[in-house]
Amino acid sequence: MKNRLVYMDNGATTPVREEVLEAMLPFLQDQYGNPSSLHTQGREVRRAIDEAREKTACVLGADPAEIFFTSGGTESNNLALRGTARKQASAGHIITSGIEHHAVLEVCHDLENEGHRVTYLPVDRFGRIDPAAVEAAIAPDTFLISIMAANNEVGTLQPILEIGTLAREHGILFHTDAVQVVGQRPVNVNDLPIDYLSLSAHKFNGPKGVGALYKRKGVKITPLYRGGSQERKLRPGTENVPGIIGLGQALELAAAEIPYKMEYLTSLRDQLIEGLLKIEDVILNGHPQERLPGNINVSFKYIEGESILLSLDLQGIAASSGSACSSGSLEPSHVLSAIGLDQQTAHGSIRFSLGRYNNEADIEYVLEKITPIVEKLRQISPLHKTD
Amino acid sequence: MYNEKVVDHFSNPCNVGELTDADSIGESGSFKCGDTMKIFIKVEDGRIENIKFQTYGCGAAIASSSMLTEMVKGKTLDEAMHITNQNVADELGGLPPLKLHCSNLAADALHNAIADYRRRLEPDYTD
Ligand SMILES: Cc1ncc(COP(=O)(O)O)c(C=O)c1O
Ligand SMILES: [Zn+2]
Repeated sequence: MKNRLVYMDNGATTPVREEVLEAMLPFLQDQYGNPSSLHTQGREVRRAIDEAREKTACVLGADPAEIFFTSGGTESNNLALRGTARKQASAGHIITSGIEHHAVLEVCHDLENEGHRVTYLPVDRFGRIDPAAVEAAIAPDTFLISIMAANNEVGTLQPILEIGTLAREHGILFHTDAVQVVGQRPVNVNDLPIDYLSLSAHKFNGPKGVGALYKRKGVKITPLYRGGSQERKLRPGTENVPGIIGLGQALELAAAEIPYKMEYLTSLRDQLIEGLLKIEDVILNGHPQERLPGNINVSFKYIEGESILLSLDLQGIAASSGSACSSGSLEPSHVLSAIGLDQQTAHGSIRFSLGRYNNEADIEYVLEKITPIVEKLRQISPLHKTD
Repeated sequence: MYNEKVVDHFSNPCNVGELTDADSIGESGSFKCGDTMKIFIKVEDGRIENIKFQTYGCGAAIASSSMLTEMVKGKTLDEAMHITNQNVADELGGLPPLKLHCSNLAADALHNAIADYRRRLEPDYTD
């Protein structure tokens, strides 16, 4: 019983699929050529990278020349934001939200230090950004809007179609951090007025340390590094070949199962939410419907998240928390603060994030284990009054 | 992240709850991470005859509360006053550096309880 493992932290990372590993292995073994080399070994690897680029482009509805492989979501965000800011003749204005991933927020802080102005838009209690607020924030020198497609903590989907449309009407570039969405929900750049999009392979059962930036043709950015001519000089350096092959394979497989997986995970998600809300003094964080298929984020009142995580871990359940004590920085999550949670409610938050390997038995197991955990921790807590 | 001893005290904490006949109650809290704790002591002949705690906090906070109560049960008030946060962490076999401040709450709450007791019941006591 004790040995059961239930992994519900797919928002942090996902296991690599067997087929993905198999596709990668030759490139860690016999197919070692440098894709920039002229010889047969090099050309074979080049062909494989081209194929991965085509697969990635095909899933996104993009042209292969619009896909640039990077080391992950963090680098893609850095490349889009910094690369665009560096192209500006003079300092200007950027619009983003207060609930972006640190890989956007920290870059924005740097850009402020470099003389740009940044507006960090607030969100409502569900974590949604109001497109009208985006429009109101637009200044004559706004050159970039960066809004995530879905939030990694509370799972809220953002109205990127509306925001992108506004950006386009005003002639402003639009970037979206779609790391949590690509491979989970359909994303097609032909239907969306997006100029750049960040994705990361390890969120859709691909390997860690590899991602991509989609950059619409004609949009100009300055590379972060200088070096060789790889990735059309936008991202020089010998390619992470196994990673790129893994990304292409993982994305193709993930995209193929999206319709089925979305429905499946949404149903598991709603079962878990329903079960959790039956426990007294539990609140759902994020939007009830407009959320990632696999994201569940709740706060347990009167108890602290790290102690819940630890108790879950002792039962073989892997989840995550926005509590200060679990963050490594002793600061509560900026996202939970932004949706208006008081400190204590933020500290008691737990995120369960589902993936393709979860099933109904996992949901039942979690619900069976969480109830006594919450009860026990509340008995210890001075904040919880039992009478 | 935590060693076995910490996990054990966290999973099976000793002396949890309230003492309805407490002689003194001490509290402590961390502004930084929000952890809070409350300690109840029953004193007899200058010794801590019974002790209970309530803690809102992470694994480190709960484990150190439990460990502290075990360490001071039966001790004189003077002895208990000399137990430091570091003693508690050491007795637990060490805590992750970032978690030390969470464990500091336990001894602080106890010292507050003892100081309050003495202020009320020992006329010549000065802080
Ligand atoms: C929304 C979002 N953006 C960016 C990242 C960073 O991606 P990576 O880990 O590939 O650098 C993550 C992953 O944690 C994320 O959830
Ligand atoms: Zn703590």
